Amino acid sequence: MIRLNINGQDRDVDVPGDMPLLWVLRDELNLTGTKFGCGIAQCGACTVHMDGTPIRACQTPAESAAGTKITTIEGVSGKAAEAVQAAWQKLDVVQCGYCQSGQIMSAVALLTDNRNPTDDDIDAAMDGNVCRCATYPRIRAAIKDAAKAMGA
Amino acid sequence: MLNQLIKQAAADVAAPSRRGFLKGAGGALVLGAMLPRTGFASEAAAPKVVGPADPRPQAFIRIAADDTVTVLVKHLDKGQGIMTGLTTIVAEELDADWAQMRGAFAPADGALYANHFFGIQGTGGSTAVANSWDELRMAGAAARAMLVATAAARWSVPASSVTVEKGVVRHAASNRSARFGELAEDAAKLPVPQNVALKDAKDYTLIGNPSLHRLDHVSKTDGTAIFAMDIRRPGQVTAVMARSPRFGGTVKSVDAAAAKQVPGVLEVLTVPRGVAVVAKNTWAAMKGREALTVEWDDAKAEMRGTDEMLADYRKLADQPGNVATDTGDAAKALAGAAKVVEAEFVFPYLAHAPMEPLNATVELTPDGGCTIWAGSQFQGVEQKVVAAMLGCKPEQVVINTVWAGGSFGRRATTDADYIAEAVSIAKAYGKAPVHLVWTREDDIHGGRYRPLFLHKVKAGLDASGKLVAWRQKIVGQSFMEGTPFEAVMVKNGVDATSVEGSSDMAYAVPNLYVDLQSPASPVTTLWWRSVGHTHTAYAKEVMIDELAAAAGKDPVAFRLEMLKDHPRLLGVLKLAAEKAGWGQPLPKGKGRGIAVHESFSSFVAHVAEVSVDDKGRITIDRVVCAVDCGQVVNPNIVEAQISGGTGWAIGHALRDEITLTGGLVDQSNFDTYQPLRNSEMPPVEVHILPSSARPTGVGEPGVPTAAPAVANAVFAATGKRLHHLPFTRSGMV
Repeated sequence: MIRLNINGQDRDVDVPGDMPLLWVLRDELNLTGTKFGCGIAQCGACTVHMDGTPIRACQTPAESAAGTKITTIEGVSGKAAEAVQAAWQKLDVVQCGYCQSGQIMSAVALLTDNRNPTDDDIDAAMDGNVCRCATYPRIRAAIKDAAKAMGA
Repeated sequence: MLNQLIKQAAADVAAPSRRGFLKGAGGALVLGAMLPRTGFASEAAAPKVVGPADPRPQAFIRIAADDTVTVLVKHLDKGQGIMTGLTTIVAEELDADWAQMRGAFAPADGALYANHFFGIQGTGGSTAVANSWDELRMAGAAARAMLVATAAARWSVPASSVTVEKGVVRHAASNRSARFGELAEDAAKLPVPQNVALKDAKDYTLIGNPSLHRLDHVSKTDGTAIFAMDIRRPGQVTAVMARSPRFGGTVKSVDAAAAKQVPGVLEVLTVPRGVAVVAKNTWAAMKGREALTVEWDDAKAEMRGTDEMLADYRKLADQPGNVATDTGDAAKALAGAAKVVEAEFVFPYLAHAPMEPLNATVELTPDGGCTIWAGSQFQGVEQKVVAAMLGCKPEQVVINTVWAGGSFGRRATTDADYIAEAVSIAKAYGKAPVHLVWTREDDIHGGRYRPLFLHKVKAGLDASGKLVAWRQKIVGQSFMEGTPFEAVMVKNGVDATSVEGSSDMAYAVPNLYVDLQSPASPVTTLWWRSVGHTHTAYAKEVMIDELAAAAGKDPVAFRLEMLKDHPRLLGVLKLAAEKAGWGQPLPKGKGRGIAVHESFSSFVAHVAEVSVDDKGRITIDRVVCAVDCGQVVNPNIVEAQISGGTGWAIGHALRDEITLTGGLVDQSNFDTYQPLRNSEMPPVEVHILPSSARPTGVGEPGVPTAAPAVANAVFAATGKRLHHLPFTRSGMV
């Protein structure tokens, strides 16, 4: 049994210690907002926060998440999260939408640490998140819009 | 070719018997599409109604007591925004308030929801808006008339004195009003009016409105949108499959002992497509598959690598092919040409790799049928294939279509592919609903690629620099041969989707010859966002650029001269050139390139500006695009699709290819098949030409011209031509 703290709640899961956090979230806890895209930390669709830092859940063994605070798209909150989700909606960023939970989790982490990201900052924070629909221009615009809204 | 089907249908409303979905022997499928292939409409021809001529509001519109209006959308939304677009069309004619509108995927029911261009229920070929335009306007207008009639009767006033605005039905003179929800139940009891007046475009408030949000803009930003991957049925188990590493290989022997020892693994099953590991959860299924030992029989497998295949294609290209077009006398004109330009183009296999790996959940039902949850794109095919597998009727195959995490063509198959796989496992397992999950490696290794293509083009100019001859030899696999589409799509050995964009090119060439050879291989291939235009437009537009250079003419001026009879191509060409500042000088090391093309009855031109450093590294500084897709339903979505199509095209052109060595795929995941990333996406400006023509699609037409525009810009910057894709194969990095 592994005790995890997910979105502020302690959850005991009976899984092998090497089961990636991604599958614990999706298959054991039915938190399906975090997506499976590649399984090798190359696409970012599974991005969640571990103690506020964006991580790829597909390459994070469940046992290594014990004792940390995990936040998923279902539980993300606060000023940056509100600004990012509002900007995503305002600019109609999504197309197929499958990668967007991960995009948003990366963007929230970026804006939590950096209220005024440059294009280079956005590149560095977001290049690990693939969007096959290539919604990238609107992702970039939405991050800037959210930053502006947070500064206001 | 799909393009031609659209044109044909738009021009000629086939009688239902001609449009019907014909049943062949043994459950085989035959597309009884719009034949013949001759006599397609000219751009100016007055179109008749696409689809049934009577309004069918009951098939498409649900008005609830709470005043919400739900539009049943028969097309799969895989990101292209069709849920929003089709709902908008209904809302406009209904005079609804956008806030009350909802969308839902229609059930699988070919009688109600066939795609009028295909004859079966399915999404593809950028047909959705064109297909639904009449049907949904009529449905909306009829529903509106029924609501008005209900209110008029209730208030004992003439229907002509009742108005509708933003979801409120009103009789101004008596100051009475009612919401849709209050009228809907009684309205539904009225006969459907057979003749309804449709709005004039000048009165549109929702169609063409840039401020309407996508219906999925909230659920896809808070994690609540449900994709097939997110379906959770009571007792559901997860399956992953081991498939032959070589295309065409079959299972020889299985040692499942170690796999069955993996905690969570429930069963190991040999099914037609391979060996399925059924487990309590996805991780256990994956671990179980790792522990599996399968010996494969390669007797019928593809053992060649792509280098050998390409060498074989080159030999074929020297042989006569099946003639796709032969106008004038290209050989004679080439012999007499003042200047001849030749090029060989190579286009690699490409995977679609939608973000959501393929997956489906199947639950067998007590009546011998089943219920399927999937990002289903060809419901009409899937119902028939699965019914044949289970020995039930197609209507006993219930398909719940859910949001699809991308497709780019991958989810539309003529054999139901992964859905049939999931059904085969559910049938063999028998004990619980089965969720079949493909991993990314399964996806990249899984075939259904855009075919490997070779084009050899030879073109001639006369002494004045006028294009007088064009001879093109095309070699590449057909994904239509051997499928239900063959009867319609393959004529005289020519698969129309292999030559579309070449054999019907718009440029005025008096002597045009195009032929095709379609060698077979066990490697499976499929349509890939914009289908044949992915390679034909590239070869055409790069070649035209070379000819312009050989003629000493400006690439835009050269094209304009040869497109005099194509006003819509001229329109986008001129607009893109103007917005891009065509002709303005650029610093050394930078270049500007242009390309223009028609696909799926939409017209697009791209101008790319690039920088190339001394190592051959391409940076795309700016992309300007012009699109004419007729009447625009949602400009915000058109912009997104054209921009996204641009990113899709250039991402693959820069570095992506699927290669085989000894029959084994060399790439396996996003580390080796590298998707375009945010920092590489250029700014893309999309300019939409105002048009009152019938609306056409935008899902695919943004793709064909993007890569050749970049290639032509690289030439302008460096003098180097990029003939072999991806660009890394042409010496770029």
